[in-house]
Amino acid sequence: MTRFFAWSALLFGSLYFLLPLVGMTEFSLKMRRGEYSFDAYRRVFEDPRFWETFSYSLTLAVATIVVGVFLVAPTAYWVRLKLPQARPFVEFVTLLPLVIPAIVLVFGYIRLYNTSSWLPMTGSAFGTDILLTMGYTTLALPYMYRSVDTGLRTIDVATLTEAAQSLGAGWITILGRIILPNVMVAVLSGAFLTLAIVMGEFTMAALLNRPAFGPFMQLLGANRAYEPPALAVIAFAITWGCMGLMQLVTRFSKHERAKA
Amino acid sequence: MSFLTISHLEKAFGSNLVVKDFKLEVEKGEFISLLGPSGCGKTTVLRMMAGFERPTSGRIRIDGQEVTGLKANARNIGMMFQAYALFPNLTVADNVGFGLKVKGVARTEREARVAEMLDLISLSDMAGRFPFQLSGGQQQRVALARALAPSPRVLLLDEPLSALDAKVRVSLRNEIREIQQRLGITTIFVTHDQEEAMSISDRIVVMNAGIADQVGSPFEIYNRPTTRFVANFVGTLNTFSVKVEDSNLGKVRLAGQALTLPGGFASSGPEMAIALRPEALRLGREPGYETVVMGRIEDVHFMGSIIRLRARVAGESVVMDTFNRADQPPPKPGTEVEISLSGKDAIILRG
Ligand SMILES: Nc1ncnc2c1ncn2[C@@H]1O[C@H](COP(=O)(O)OP(=O)(O)O)[C@@H](O)[C@H]1O
Ligand SMILES: [Mg+2]
Repeated sequence: MTRFFAWSALLFGSLYFLLPLVGMTEFSLKMRRGEYSFDAYRRVFEDPRFWETFSYSLTLAVATIVVGVFLVAPTAYWVRLKLPQARPFVEFVTLLPLVIPAIVLVFGYIRLYNTSSWLPMTGSAFGTDILLTMGYTTLALPYMYRSVDTGLRTIDVATLTEAAQSLGAGWITILGRIILPNVMVAVLSGAFLTLAIVMGEFTMAALLNRPAFGPFMQLLGANRAYEPPALAVIAFAITWGCMGLMQLVTRFSKHERAKA
Repeated sequence: MSFLTISHLEKAFGSNLVVKDFKLEVEKGEFISLLGPSGCGKTTVLRMMAGFERPTSGRIRIDGQEVTGLKANARNIGMMFQAYALFPNLTVADNVGFGLKVKGVARTEREARVAEMLDLISLSDMAGRFPFQLSGGQQQRVALARALAPSPRVLLLDEPLSALDAKVRVSLRNEIREIQQRLGITTIFVTHDQEEAMSISDRIVVMNAGIADQVGSPFEIYNRPTTRFVANFVGTLNTFSVKVEDSNLGKVRLAGQALTLPGGFASSGPEMAIALRPEALRLGREPGYETVVMGRIEDVHFMGSIIRLRARVAGESVVMDTFNRADQPPPKPGTEVEISLSGKDAIILRG
């Protein structure tokens, strides 16, 4: 009896999740009257703005990941090693982006860094890109921090650090050769989550007026019928591709097999 | 000047003084054990030597160099931990070579040294394995090789055997001692296991509540403990209260029987306490023992080569060890036996 309920719950959940997806995919294939075709996808891929905005967002995603790793990995490591009593506070701070809407953040940015401010970041495209990267880093912070911190929990940070120190290693060597490689899987899963967030982000890019993928999706959605679902399916494929890569990395990292 | 000198070392965590006025002089190539109950400050002393804790006061000198203010990674000291200290992302060979790589030793030289170290711990065929593919004992051997590879001035070990099972523990401690003697490396070994400390050390420092109670060879520590704590912590003791008859000649009476203590041992009071190790009490009349007392067997533990008997003598419950002999079964509980003892084996408890 419990098995029956378990299976029906699973079935219900799958339908709840899959039906809209199937409907959307089906609709995206119906551009040509009376038959299924990939016309909508072709139209999307032929649009130069798709490639421009896609590569722009991808570049920013990579920059966000790099900034995020450099910010989060040493911080999480240091907190675990030297300030364990500060952990609840740091966790709270990293969770703030979940409760502060992106629009509040971006208005704050615009107020602080507008062209007549002490640091006119929004005055140039490059300055705005930096601002956007910082904003994305903030948005991805909860996921990045949590991933890395979870990764650090699987190793004995204090003992490994002291072992490396007694062998003559300094902080950079310890972080780069011992700590980071051991939490690489966690860092990568944080990185893929970041990628997924940045690729779909709309508010910040739109308000800072940068040609990102999110605003392009919105623009297309407001003006076309068949292309938006096609684009959504593409975005879904990217996200799932990231998840798959996460699994793959875990599978292929040799010394991680013991933990699995 | 000794090779390693620790003078007036103290460490306080907040208001909690964990190490008090710790002094130690270690000669080059010596194997020293810090022995004491859990929480007595052994690890803290070791961590101050390694540079992981800053002493509240006191000084540490190694090979003529003051290292007290030096960072851990500038001390050139090898350290071996209880467990889980191998780098999980590196192979056995890379773990062993880590210290050399950090020092910037050239590749060919490094590989030669790693091979030499792996040969030393007889794990040459496991060079390519990752730590999780090794047993606990093998992991600790790799940790030893890793600590020794950069030729440290001092080797520090913090209970490196306590996470292993009994058989491996004994064989690995002998291996550690053998390698230490072969390389002639000055070694400080922390343990709470007295048997471990006595079997492999040149000298033992018995620690009690942050203080070094006694420093001496295993033989001295066991046979001539200077404090009541050391006497009780190391080995088993039988305490007797005796009447002093002549303190100058060392003449005392135990349960009415005359006993002569070694010179200067007897106190001037009418009564005093003496202690005897389990092996100083002999079952039956033994030639060369001055006194025989009567006892009643309470308990018999057959432990193989040794039989541990519990008997009641002069109102005290005492423990005595005798060797097993195939032609002589041990006495049964409840039997009255004669027990030989001698004043020259007595340990005097003061303080
Ligand atoms: N970092 C620390 N902060 C506060 N107290 C500590 C710290 N490290 C050790 N202690 C205390 O110091 C005492 C001695 O500890 P330790 O040197 O680890 O003893 P042992 O190794 O002999 O078991 C213990 O009471 C312990 O609680
Ligand atoms: Mg300890």
